[in-house]
Amino acid sequence: MDVFVGVLNYAVFFAITAGIFALLCLGLNIQWGYTGLFNIGIAGFYAIGAYTSALISGPPPSPMDWRVVGGFQLPWMVGFISAAAVSGFIAFLIGIPTLRLKEDYLAIATIGIAEVIRLVLKNESWLTNSVWGIKHIPSPFYAPIQKRISLFLETNPHLPLWLQTFLANGYNWFYLGLVIFILGVIYWISERIIRSPWGRVLRAIREDEMAVSIYGKNVFWYKMQSLVIGAMIMGAAGSLYAHYTRFIDATSFEPFFGTFLIWVMLIVGGSGNNKGAILGGFLIWGIWAGTEFLTSQWGLSGVRAASLRIICVGIILELILLIRPQGILGEEKVVSRILIRKKKK
Amino acid sequence: MHIFSQIPQLLIYGLISGSIITLGAIGLSLTYGILKFANFAHGDVMATGAFFALAFLILFQGLGFTTQPFYPLSFGLPLIISFLLSMGATAALAIFIDKILYKKLRATGRITLLIASVGVAFILRNSLQFIWGPQPRYYIKKIQIATSVPFLGIKIKPDEIFIIAVAISLVILLHFFLQKTRMGKAMRATSDNVELAQVTGINTESVINWTWAIGAALAAAGGILAGIENKFITPNFGWDMLLPIFAAVILGGIGNPYGAMLGGMVIGFSEEISTAFIPTSYKPAVAFIIMVVMLLVKPRGLLGER
Repeated sequence: MDVFVGVLNYAVFFAITAGIFALLCLGLNIQWGYTGLFNIGIAGFYAIGAYTSALISGPPPSPMDWRVVGGFQLPWMVGFISAAAVSGFIAFLIGIPTLRLKEDYLAIATIGIAEVIRLVLKNESWLTNSVWGIKHIPSPFYAPIQKRISLFLETNPHLPLWLQTFLANGYNWFYLGLVIFILGVIYWISERIIRSPWGRVLRAIREDEMAVSIYGKNVFWYKMQSLVIGAMIMGAAGSLYAHYTRFIDATSFEPFFGTFLIWVMLIVGGSGNNKGAILGGFLIWGIWAGTEFLTSQWGLSGVRAASLRIICVGIILELILLIRPQGILGEEKVVSRILIRKKKK
Repeated sequence: MHIFSQIPQLLIYGLISGSIITLGAIGLSLTYGILKFANFAHGDVMATGAFFALAFLILFQGLGFTTQPFYPLSFGLPLIISFLLSMGATAALAIFIDKILYKKLRATGRITLLIASVGVAFILRNSLQFIWGPQPRYYIKKIQIATSVPFLGIKIKPDEIFIIAVAISLVILLHFFLQKTRMGKAMRATSDNVELAQVTGINTESVINWTWAIGAALAAAGGILAGIENKFITPNFGWDMLLPIFAAVILGGIGNPYGAMLGGMVIGFSEEISTAFIPTSYKPAVAFIIMVVMLLVKPRGLLGER
């Protein structure tokens, strides 16, 4: 039973992280899967979300910190919404010079902005506390939930040990619920918008920009909306990450974790498909966690083990591109809800 | 006054880093022009070239092949031979990657190629990290003293003169290759218009092989020269080069190797001169800002025609 609870606790931790990655995939799916916007600076938006939320809802700087601003200790929800808003605003600024150009320019520009953001995180210690990171970011409703749990454990001291360990981990179950709830809401919204006229314009832009502009649609503006909405979702994912780990620094947003892994997830799952985005998120995170187990079995550790695992993820990407470029699920055929209703009649 | 007195010295640094960026940018621009895709692995190809040279150097040391350094340079014949062997090995690697991966994806479009190249970038970088570890590696452990040039108020090391000379020679060689040889002309024609080039009977497959080979060999040269200048190489070097070389290519005009040379020099000078005014750690941001301004003002680049 003890082993079972241990596995279960790990599974919760796994699912929270995978859920956050799946959320990032949904954001990328709107940009790339629907609209064909090539964003390889996901890490930048993800980091902006995390830091915004940490600065707004987190604690004020301690005397030991280099940071001198932020820490307004506002409710989590405020941080979460601001994270999405600030991330979306940065995306808007990036979109202005790049969205009129070919997709590879957007790719280069987003990689550039992600790199500049990483430099700011590392160097502007007054804002980000640089390499020391931001500590003690509060988790939402942590105190009341934890209080109830410890009260319950104190009043019932004779529970079996496995049940005690299980209950002590109760907060993570709450957080998993929160992540799944947000993932569900974003999934539902994404599914709705892709079936709307707006979503059809996005997919038309992906297929043939010229044709869409001939039909009198403002291609630039549609692309901008898609870029901003995707970036807002990424910012929200950053906030969820920051409030779960309670500590963030620049290393959490390196190009591999922040960008590459998410691309692999979406492509493996199936770009243009929201279910594929979520599947890819959980599957690739599972493979990533699994390879850690394997490398530790082989006695590898540290940087070498991580490199080998990254090579493994890279090879998975190339194989999928060669063998099944549409991903596991492939793009779903989406038609307007009105058409489906007519068919039923 | 203090800031402006630094400028002549910074110009020298700009010339050196511009030479290195140029060598990377030429290859990127050629593949961009001929294969029509942005190769995000090109920075890591530079790093791979630098490590190939190190591998040959270590091999030579193991075989007992060591010579006195060429006075006044800080290195001797083994490094020069490793340099040339590494250019060949990197070219072979690039053609190999093309054969097993890019060639098969070419029909599916340039964005698939772009995604694949991001994957290649991570595979190359982490292969280097896996083999060599993350710590810095050295070609030469001796420190060279810079000599002052009279009247100009600058200091330069003999190794740095070597770097500039090698870069200029390679660029001149490339110029003659592109202008005088059949293959060079075929490459320029393919870069201008693939369909027309095919109609005139140019074998695009061999053009593609030559493009990879030349681009990778020049990238390797750039990587090794950077290793000589910085005194060390790390697997992450390729990532740091990515923004400057892309900025150089966009600045000069995609597909135009002469534009890449101009762009590389402009980026090199701007990055170094910026250090007089802003913290050194923001050098990559300078390249990025120049690139964004260029995209806003003249997206075709300085020497771009169409």
